[in-house]
Amino acid sequence: MTYTESTGLTTGLTTGVPLGLPAVRSGLEGVPALTEGAPKQTKKTFTSDAEVRWCPGCGDYAILSAVQGFLPELGLRRENIVCISGIGCSSRFPYYLDTYGLHSIHGRAPSIATGLATSRPDLNVWVVTGDGDALSIGGNHLIHALRRNVNLTILLFNNRIYGLTKGQYSPTSEPGKVTKSTPVGSVDEPFNPISLALGAEASFVARTTDSDRKHLTGVLRQAVEHRGAALVEIYQNCPIFNDGAFDVLKDRESAQGRLVPLEHGAPIRFGAPAADGLGSRGVARRADGLLEVVDVEAGGTDRVLVHDARTPDPSVQFALSRLDDPTMMHVPIGVFRAVSRPTYDDMVRAQVSSAVEGADGAASDEDLARLLAGPDNWTVA
Amino acid sequence: MSTKSVERVDRVVIRFAGDSGDGMQLTGDRFTAETAALGNDLATLPNFPAEIRAPQGTLPGVSSFQLQFADHSVLTPGDAPDVLVVMNPAALRANLRDLPRGGTIIADADEFTRRNLAKVGYAASPLDDGSLDSYHLHALPLTSMTVKALADFDLSRKEAERAKNMFALGLLSWLYTRPTGGTERFLAAKFGKSPQVHQANLAAFRAGWAFGETTETFAVSYEVAPAPAPPGRYRNVTGNAALAYGLVAAAHRAGLPLVLGSYPITPASDILHTLSRLKRFDVTTIQAEDEIAGVGAALGAAYGGAIAVTTTSGPGLALKSETIGLAVSLELPLVIVDVQRGGPSTGLPTKTEQADLLQAMFGRNGESPVPVIAPRSPADCFDAALEAVRIATVYRTPVLLLSDGYLANGSEPWRIPDVATLPDLHVTFATGPDDGLTHGVDGAPDDGAAPDSAYRPFLPYARDPVTLARPWAVPGTPGLEHRIGGIEKADGTGEISYEPDNHDRMTRLRQAKVDGITVPDLVVDDPGLAAGGEAAEVLVLGWGSTYGPISAGARLARNTGTPVATAHLRHVNPLPANTGDVLRRYRRVLVPEMNLGQLTLLLRAKYLVDARGFNRVRGLPFTSVEIADAITALVKEDAL
Repeated sequence: MTYTESTGLTTGLTTGVPLGLPAVRSGLEGVPALTEGAPKQTKKTFTSDAEVRWCPGCGDYAILSAVQGFLPELGLRRENIVCISGIGCSSRFPYYLDTYGLHSIHGRAPSIATGLATSRPDLNVWVVTGDGDALSIGGNHLIHALRRNVNLTILLFNNRIYGLTKGQYSPTSEPGKVTKSTPVGSVDEPFNPISLALGAEASFVARTTDSDRKHLTGVLRQAVEHRGAALVEIYQNCPIFNDGAFDVLKDRESAQGRLVPLEHGAPIRFGAPAADGLGSRGVARRADGLLEVVDVEAGGTDRVLVHDARTPDPSVQFALSRLDDPTMMHVPIGVFRAVSRPTYDDMVRAQVSSAVEGADGAASDEDLARLLAGPDNWTVA
Repeated sequence: MSTKSVERVDRVVIRFAGDSGDGMQLTGDRFTAETAALGNDLATLPNFPAEIRAPQGTLPGVSSFQLQFADHSVLTPGDAPDVLVVMNPAALRANLRDLPRGGTIIADADEFTRRNLAKVGYAASPLDDGSLDSYHLHALPLTSMTVKALADFDLSRKEAERAKNMFALGLLSWLYTRPTGGTERFLAAKFGKSPQVHQANLAAFRAGWAFGETTETFAVSYEVAPAPAPPGRYRNVTGNAALAYGLVAAAHRAGLPLVLGSYPITPASDILHTLSRLKRFDVTTIQAEDEIAGVGAALGAAYGGAIAVTTTSGPGLALKSETIGLAVSLELPLVIVDVQRGGPSTGLPTKTEQADLLQAMFGRNGESPVPVIAPRSPADCFDAALEAVRIATVYRTPVLLLSDGYLANGSEPWRIPDVATLPDLHVTFATGPDDGLTHGVDGAPDDGAAPDSAYRPFLPYARDPVTLARPWAVPGTPGLEHRIGGIEKADGTGEISYEPDNHDRMTRLRQAKVDGITVPDLVVDDPGLAAGGEAAEVLVLGWGSTYGPISAGARLARNTGTPVATAHLRHVNPLPANTGDVLRRYRRVLVPEMNLGQLTLLLRAKYLVDARGFNRVRGLPFTSVEIADAITALVKEDAL
């Protein structure tokens, strides 16, 4: 089996309607599109009858609304969309989407989704998870789903707290976090989910926030069109147990100096506009090779890095992810990485289909009889 | 060339023993294949350490392979060997206690060096010091004869020595007049890519045969005539292979793809290996990152409409518990294969045990009933796999299939079934809200709409009135979009429900569904009764892999005038409907198990009968003598 980046697997099984970049296989290839003349889908199409039971003010509402509003854009048949979740507040998500949905057990959604996506190329499979679900109890499944590059869109709601169990610190809580289970402060180092995903060989890694619907939708679009595992970290406010965790990124004034928007092919500029209209600050490479934030007008624009999400080497993308720390002085958002590489599910299916086709199609009773008889057998008259 | 006489015997038990690196399993496999091809009935017992290569020449590194073959029906690999082939002093030391006085020892004398003897605590060589005088000892320089036979090959001494197992196989093949064509074909296939190695092994094998024919050491060779068997085509098969083929056959008969999610674990890995080579049968194998992900991937595939399986052993089953509970709640078809091994914890990875029964029954949180079925012999793993898939798909439930290390690696002749006679396992996916199912408990949608209103919402937890199965509504089916999960669901609609009476009802429904699975009645073998005489006083009831030893033990007891009835459970949950009646019919019930009394506990709890356990956890199957003695002891106790 050979693989070319422009066409995907040469023995690909799926046929479908590619969206977006024509040169690369879309994440939706193989998923049946709406037939022509089908009733137009709206946000309501994807809104289930279930009563939404998140706390008032929860960031999950905004994400749900954005996803429900975004799904009609895909033009997919509703029955071919599946949302699988684990346990936690965010994992109630599937109940509220009028698609197929599976609310599973703590941390295991990526493994269940792997089995489903591998056996059903005609489905658009989403995983909805949280910082505890994905990074603590389910950390192993997450990194392996990313490593394998299973064709999944993974939404990781990060509120840096355990909500459903009523307020214990999570693997993304800042050090020293005082919670019910850490009355004198937590002592462990948090994960940076973006760094973790890049280290786990993820092919698509992005960050967005619950409060910026336009940005969120833009990232989702790219994530869904990506063929392979797409991890989208969504900063999400928990108004009950960790309220205001991301306020510095939501206040227009403070956000401008902190949020570092990443766009493939664009210089990494942020902050108050400089004379050229772009941000007055930029991310540049230091003499020792590490990254630093520079004042563009003082240091000149030449040094500012142009973001390359498509380069196979994740080093610079990883360095960008390290600009962020619990103080949130500089928080890159957008797509860190979007590279094309073969997906696990495509390759597994290709192996099976090539074995089936190589043997002249589906196995007959005679084929099975030959298998059972084996090479060494004898007859008793 | 001498013409030696051939003596006919009715049964022989041979044990090949050597260092882990000596190729004893391969030697045993080949001898077994030759024996199967000849038409003897047979049963095998591979026994090897968990370490891949323990220090050479030491007791922990000893690997052995025992087989019994006969001109009549064979139920076990034999209680004790008649012939012990030992490739070094460690193999002798580890196995001699199992060889009855008068038995035959064939030893590779070359390996009985001072150094090798010292490794296992022999002060003097037992080959020379008279300590083996009560055995028929053949101390033969197998290694040096092999090296000599390969003198013309461009091989180092070490490389040549490696073929000594083929020399031994050749010798034993001559001694028991086995056909050699199969082994010669096998060597060609195995070493076809390196002609030198192929020719060397073939030469060693033939030299072993020729040595037997010419040496004075063996005055006679033996012959074991084919065993009578029902007409048909036969092959030899291990439990793990039969299980893998059973799963493939089940998916074929269901007309659905087979998806295995698994993580390597001894002694179950061979099922994964076998299935990974059967892609041609629309088999997908996913080697997951851990046991939990293995069952998770399988459950995901089940949700998508595949025949879904996960395979493991005891420690893995413990890890899968939560996901199996989810499958109970989701009511999706899933087969979980547990090839049991000694426990607790890592326990005895390569040895057999039946101690996961209660884990299979109850090892999950909440009321979480799961059907449990157990094959009784290596070949029976095929039928058990089909039955597991039948129950899973008909009743939309996870099913636990309990094999064990003895069945997994042991082998026996198998009458190859006619594919057309295999059960029809076609399933029907839900296609719309109106598919003949009861809508909610009262036949009406829960939203209060009239039952005959035009709009009938899809009810993912409506139930088939007979099986209580819910619809299998796979993603991609228009109009059936629904959400399910591990939170308690409202009866019928499947929506989240914390309502007290609903939980009570759903708990009882899930239990009733499993309790209501139709399984065949327990069949009792009571020869006295069958002959028109009196029923026996003692019933021996077993489950799983103890079938062979129990049947052989009962045969022994009957031969010595002790009447005894036997019955064997394939379905442990639910138990056959007549189990209670059968148990109460006998004054004494003996339950041999390779655990400390797990089925006994279940039987006593469920039927209030005084079932007695006979329990061993030695990592080895029962011997028939052990069983016969236990039967006799119980009968005598009653006679007092």
